[in-house]
Amino acid sequence: MTNSITDLAGSECIFIIGSNAAESHPIIMGEIYKAAEKGGTIIVVDPRRTAVAENAHIHLSIEPGTDIPLLAGMMRYIIDEGFYDREFVDARVDGFDDLKEFVAEWSVERAAEECRIPAAVIRNVARIYAEAAESAIVYCMGITQHACGSANVTALCDLAMLCGHVGTEHSGIYPLRGQNNVQGACDMGALPNVYPGYQDVSDHAIKAKFEGAWGRELSGSPGLTVTEMIRSAGREIRGLFIMAENPALSDPDVTHVAQSLASLDFLVVQDIFMTETAKFAHLVLPGGSFAEKTGTFTNTERRFQLVRKAVEPPGNAKDDFSILCLLGTAAGLDFSYTDPRDVMTEIARCAPAYGGVTYERLERQGLQWPCPHEEHPGTPYLHKGRFTRGKGLFVVPRHTPPQEMPDDEYPFYLSTGRMFAHYHTGTMTRRSPFLNRETEMAYAEMNPLDALGIGVGEGDTIRISTRRGSIIVAVRVTCRIASGSIFVPFHFTEARANVLTNPVLDPQAKTPEFKVCAARLEKVIDR
Amino acid sequence: MNLVRTICPYCGTGCGLLLRVVDGTAVATYPDREHPVARGHLCIKGWTAHEFIHHPDRLTSPLVKKGDSFKEISWDDAIKLAMDQLLGIAGKYGGDAVGGLSSAKCTNEENYLFQKMIRAGFHTNNVDHCARL
Repeated sequence: MTNSITDLAGSECIFIIGSNAAESHPIIMGEIYKAAEKGGTIIVVDPRRTAVAENAHIHLSIEPGTDIPLLAGMMRYIIDEGFYDREFVDARVDGFDDLKEFVAEWSVERAAEECRIPAAVIRNVARIYAEAAESAIVYCMGITQHACGSANVTALCDLAMLCGHVGTEHSGIYPLRGQNNVQGACDMGALPNVYPGYQDVSDHAIKAKFEGAWGRELSGSPGLTVTEMIRSAGREIRGLFIMAENPALSDPDVTHVAQSLASLDFLVVQDIFMTETAKFAHLVLPGGSFAEKTGTFTNTERRFQLVRKAVEPPGNAKDDFSILCLLGTAAGLDFSYTDPRDVMTEIARCAPAYGGVTYERLERQGLQWPCPHEEHPGTPYLHKGRFTRGKGLFVVPRHTPPQEMPDDEYPFYLSTGRMFAHYHTGTMTRRSPFLNRETEMAYAEMNPLDALGIGVGEGDTIRISTRRGSIIVAVRVTCRIASGSIFVPFHFTEARANVLTNPVLDPQAKTPEFKVCAARLEKVIDR
Repeated sequence: MNLVRTICPYCGTGCGLLLRVVDGTAVATYPDREHPVARGHLCIKGWTAHEFIHHPDRLTSPLVKKGDSFKEISWDDAIKLAMDQLLGIAGKYGGDAVGGLSSAKCTNEENYLFQKMIRAGFHTNNVDHCARL
């Protein structure tokens, strides 16, 4: 994210789109409530009336997959009425004419029709966002998990730059990262196209630098993403090493994922539990939990933080650092690290953005990157005065409707996501007695009208089917969800939401379209 | 009472927490008042972060698949088997026939070592993690 979590409390307007922070990021939601207490306006865009929406000043319950029409309509109105930040756009952003040409196609009325929100409401939120002294945008998977996820993000960046709401303390763009160290995994180059510090693998000079540092010849062609690797398993991909991930439950269309994993010549899974994925492995290595390791996690505001070992791994399990040292050595590499601290020294040496990070400096408050040298205090917010590329750039966000829309055969919108008591594939939270007592079984949220339509009530079971497969799950009847849509959390192995999801990807980010597919519902008669 | 200051293993907020350790067992979680983001708060998942650590389902030995079931093997044999097989595949089909999924649950240091192992060990950039899911 461009800014820091606690800066949100000082924003005059917070525009939340595709994030249920009240359930998925409760502590960040606390900062949003603080902004509201100080008189800030909270605007929420979400097809569901989530807990965030309940507590917002304005909730736009848009039609699923119509984020770009909404944002384009807002930008059109902001430009037409002269609410944009002319000075900021002139001085700091290229491509304004392209943006104007694009939004010319999107009158507020056309946007209103597409997203089924009254034009007056779109004008109102556009004006509030644009005219506030400092406005922040908060988004999450509701924006990215679409076939046009990258374009959705681009549209949000355009909106922020148009209104000059970036580069100051309480403005900015806040993608809320879902996993404790998803920021760090990206930062460390666990991505197919970049080395640590987002250095391009296909850049000759950079490749040469890493070849020098690691003493091996490296490949200059970008690799495959997770979904692509799984899809080509048994063909292009013959051997796979999976460390602490559970694609057999978390990837779209898991029936095919299972076939792919089963067709590998060799699969190694390193994890702390026998996950759905580990069951397919030829070899399982017992790793360490967070409590058993020393190292660092980087949170969603780019803050490196120290993780301290509290207990020993159980039995013969080892922390993952120790296992990787053994594996790297067996692969013939110089992995003679004695402590994770040695690895941080190497990271700081080869990735300029983290050059000033040392364990000593992380001891109290951590450090937010970029932090290029040891005297650098870290960076609480980005883009002050200039963007990374110098001037910012308006990129035109082309609208692509969801790739599978409801029809006669599959008349419902299906969306998947998270709920407050559980986490991702549930391997940890479902083994926590307290959390499991809170929510112990899978469910689907359904509008009362639809429940009436198929003759089911609270707790009854239904079969949800899509073109990929079907699951049987209990119903929760709630007005949180609009008629014509259902929502299924993906944490539950006994009713795998990802049996249903559509494996279509955003062409740029390769993120699956988890937020929209078409489904059919039937009552299950108890025998 | 031994309190270890560390970071929550769940979402990307990265709240500070204190694990209470008694006789080598984490028995409770407390919020960290000095943490710059959480400032003494935790959510329901954070408060219960110690509950899965010592669960009886934890894996405690390397396991190799024999038929339909798994059999315990030593670390030496497990490491040798992993690298013999994966390097064998890379030798036969090329490095791009091997892939690695690193983890948003693991530390920066572990992610760094993982991608270095895949890139330098197998001559491929087939390394990714679940950021998109």
